[in-house]
Amino acid sequence: MLVISCIKQVPDTTQVKIDPVTNTLIRDGIPFIINPYDSHALEESLRLKDRYNVRTVALSMGPPNTVATLRKACALGVDEAILLSDRCFGGADTLATSKVLSAAIERLDKQEKVGIVFCGKQTIDGDTAQVGPGIASRLGFSQLTLVDRIESIDFLRKTIKVRRKLEGRHEIVEAPLPVMITVVRELNRPRYPIVPMRIESQDMEIKVWDNSVLKLDAETVGLKGSPTWVSKIFSPERDQGEIIGNGINDPIGTASLLIDKLLSKDLLTI
Amino acid sequence: MTLHQAIFTAIFAVSALSFLFSCYQRLQLVSIGAPENRFDNPAGRLLGMFSYAFAQKRVLARAYGFNHFLLFWAFMLLLVANGEFLLEGLIPGFRLAAFLPAALGHGLELLFDIVSVVALGCVLVALARRLFFPPEYLGNDYTRPASGEALLILAMIAALMSAFFLLNAANIALGLDGSWRPVSSAIAALLKGLPSSALEGVAGVSWWLHALVLLLFMNFLPRSKHMHILTAIPNCYFKNLAQPNTQPRETFEKGERYGVSSVEQYSWKDLFDSLTCTECGRCQDLCPAHNTGKPLNPRKIVHDIKVNLLKNGPALKDGGTGILPLIGDAREGTVCEEAIWSCTTCGACTSVCPVLIEQMPKIVKLRRHLVQEKAQFPEELLNLFENMEQRSNPWGIAPSERTKWSGQLGDRTFKPGESEYLFFVGCAGAFDSRNKHVSVALATILDAAGVSWGMLGKEELCCGDSLRRLGNEFVFDKMARENVALFKEKKITKVVTQCPHCFNTLKNDYRQYGLEIEVLHHSQLIEQLVESNQLKLTKQSRQGNIIFHDSCYLGRHNDTYKAPRAVLKAATGQSPSEFERNQENGFCCGAGGGRMWMEEQSGTRINLERVKEAMKQPLPDTLCVSCPYCMTMMEDGLKDLGVADVVRVKDIAEVMAEAIA
Repeated sequence: MLVISCIKQVPDTTQVKIDPVTNTLIRDGIPFIINPYDSHALEESLRLKDRYNVRTVALSMGPPNTVATLRKACALGVDEAILLSDRCFGGADTLATSKVLSAAIERLDKQEKVGIVFCGKQTIDGDTAQVGPGIASRLGFSQLTLVDRIESIDFLRKTIKVRRKLEGRHEIVEAPLPVMITVVRELNRPRYPIVPMRIESQDMEIKVWDNSVLKLDAETVGLKGSPTWVSKIFSPERDQGEIIGNGINDPIGTASLLIDKLLSKDLLTI
Repeated sequence: MTLHQAIFTAIFAVSALSFLFSCYQRLQLVSIGAPENRFDNPAGRLLGMFSYAFAQKRVLARAYGFNHFLLFWAFMLLLVANGEFLLEGLIPGFRLAAFLPAALGHGLELLFDIVSVVALGCVLVALARRLFFPPEYLGNDYTRPASGEALLILAMIAALMSAFFLLNAANIALGLDGSWRPVSSAIAALLKGLPSSALEGVAGVSWWLHALVLLLFMNFLPRSKHMHILTAIPNCYFKNLAQPNTQPRETFEKGERYGVSSVEQYSWKDLFDSLTCTECGRCQDLCPAHNTGKPLNPRKIVHDIKVNLLKNGPALKDGGTGILPLIGDAREGTVCEEAIWSCTTCGACTSVCPVLIEQMPKIVKLRRHLVQEKAQFPEELLNLFENMEQRSNPWGIAPSERTKWSGQLGDRTFKPGESEYLFFVGCAGAFDSRNKHVSVALATILDAAGVSWGMLGKEELCCGDSLRRLGNEFVFDKMARENVALFKEKKITKVVTQCPHCFNTLKNDYRQYGLEIEVLHHSQLIEQLVESNQLKLTKQSRQGNIIFHDSCYLGRHNDTYKAPRAVLKAATGQSPSEFERNQENGFCCGAGGGRMWMEEQSGTRINLERVKEAMKQPLPDTLCVSCPYCMTMMEDGLKDLGVADVVRVKDIAEVMAEAIA
């Protein structure tokens, strides 16, 4: 059984600033990281490998420099890393992205049956949470989103039972394999790479599949295949703050002023 | 050949062979250790050996050490007397005096007699100390002060001295020996009434007693903790000539191993150290982790390494594998992980050990294995490691924020060829809101003194100190190479830091990466500026009663005790008062060795212990520090104690800045 983790290389958003004039992201000198939710997806695939000795593949669509992120996945222990990269894949929205990823998963499925595809619940740059479900719909896989615990896997009956983290409650559900699972941070604690694996990963081959491999209609992928268009990016205006009260010289008075203020704005109820 | 001579010769031959074989066995075990060059600079090494082994420099640092000093020198002299004794057993009638001028021969007899009394006295004092008033640090959970081994050794020495006196006294009473032995003569006077046959009996029994105990003692040495009698002197010769905390580099290539998980991965010197420890307990006495109830005891680490070596060594030597794990639970011969992570790398153990055992670096080697081969470490460290690797600072704050604190200073970028000093601000100085004030204070002082300086701004990277002490050498190595390349590219020759950890790393660790530049801690530069009158003080800095807390990485690791005190004296007009434990004996704040980024779960809090020590009469108004970590720990400690509004914490630069404002 093959277990795939879909990971995305994203700009370290804590370091991203928006250019006030052009309203675009200033990406100069911003380092790239693995999308934090995806690192939990990757970790869960590695745990299954440790436990059931399944084969793991890390999959990523992105520009050629995404190799760096896939190499990190190799250092953590995946058996194979594949980069889906082609000029015509560029500028894709979630619809086009899930198409390319699905094509790659189908291709892998022909060599070895895919049991589970793990995705992060969303990325920190796009924040749509649509690519995982998109893959599930396209491939006809079971779709389990927001998973924070894998309860059990029954390899004979080919089913998986997981716990989903919903607002204010949990839900335990069972679904037939193959399955696409999107994960939340609570699922696990990602491991730290050991040095021998880091050194080993330097020489690991990272396969690059472009469109000559996937053979998709160029009109249906990338920018051309994306019905979503970004019309404007801007930083929301923030009201100027104010300092109220007399600080540490009058903590009690300041606290009551603050409470009054919060009450008047309906931000606090008694 | 007489029967007596024949029997003794046979016993001696067996004992000598057995002794040599034991020593050989032990040395063979040491030889399974990894290679390490401790053979360079023989002149420096001889000098060290003289001052630490023969002059007993560190032994004498504590009052009781004088007893050991006397015993040591008594032993050195009695080695000659015992050599003579053994030769006389093999060659009847052998006298050293026969080869010497009469006066010298008599002198030797007099000396041996007096020295034996001294040795006997010292042994009695030692026995009484162990039995009746043992200091706390002699005992712990795995050994007691009055342990069988310690008492047996002392009893053997006492028996040797007693037999020596009885033998000489009987011989004097029989008229076989001269009167150059005053103590023996006094005892002889008591024996005078005995018939000569009885005297011959006393002499015979005493001789055999002396001979057998001596040979037994000799054979017991290599098999006991008293092996130090044989190894302490060479151990001082092979001491680490570099700074004690500077760990060796590792090479990162395929097939390499990292750190130590099995005893043979330690260097031969580490193993030799373990055989040298006499378990005096001084390291345990000073260790901040041990003092606050953590499972770490540096003395036990060394003991465990020895036990592990003795247990696993024979199999490992023959290419097999050990059966006793080196890292695991807390059984004897195994070091538990919590102990490994409890170390603050303050260096108290290494700087107090009388025979120069390097305890702390052995702990870092275990960390290197856990982090790099097992990825097994307290979970708080995961964030730290990732923040360091991704954003080159412990908090993971965006590097673009590094210059925020200096906004009001204008552009202070380091200009190669123009700026004299690089002000290496450090992560705490740039990001930590409290320590930003120290950065501003130092900048103000440098400007007031007219020093030409600049900063790397957003290009500045973390020095990597915490990573190296935590055993994450792989990432440290990457950061060190990046920093050294940046320093060389900017043609930096002089650096000033406000953090002793940056200071130590740039100065000592980066030397391994070919960076040899002048690195000053701000206390040193400010002291120089005041002394040369370049920094003009306009008023007295008013801080009330001040007490100064030593930073381990400035003090113990870099021997800088005077500079911060001189700065405080210049600024306030008074010398700061001292903690009970100060300078070489200073007590860590609890944040070194990467402990800054870890939870303190067992025992009591180290920083609380330290601030309690400050709250003695006269109560301080200001607790002065010279390190960002100490600043945080002391402030937190005072808050926990509920006295944060009574005692302020200030960096020496802040105190000085108030004297020039």
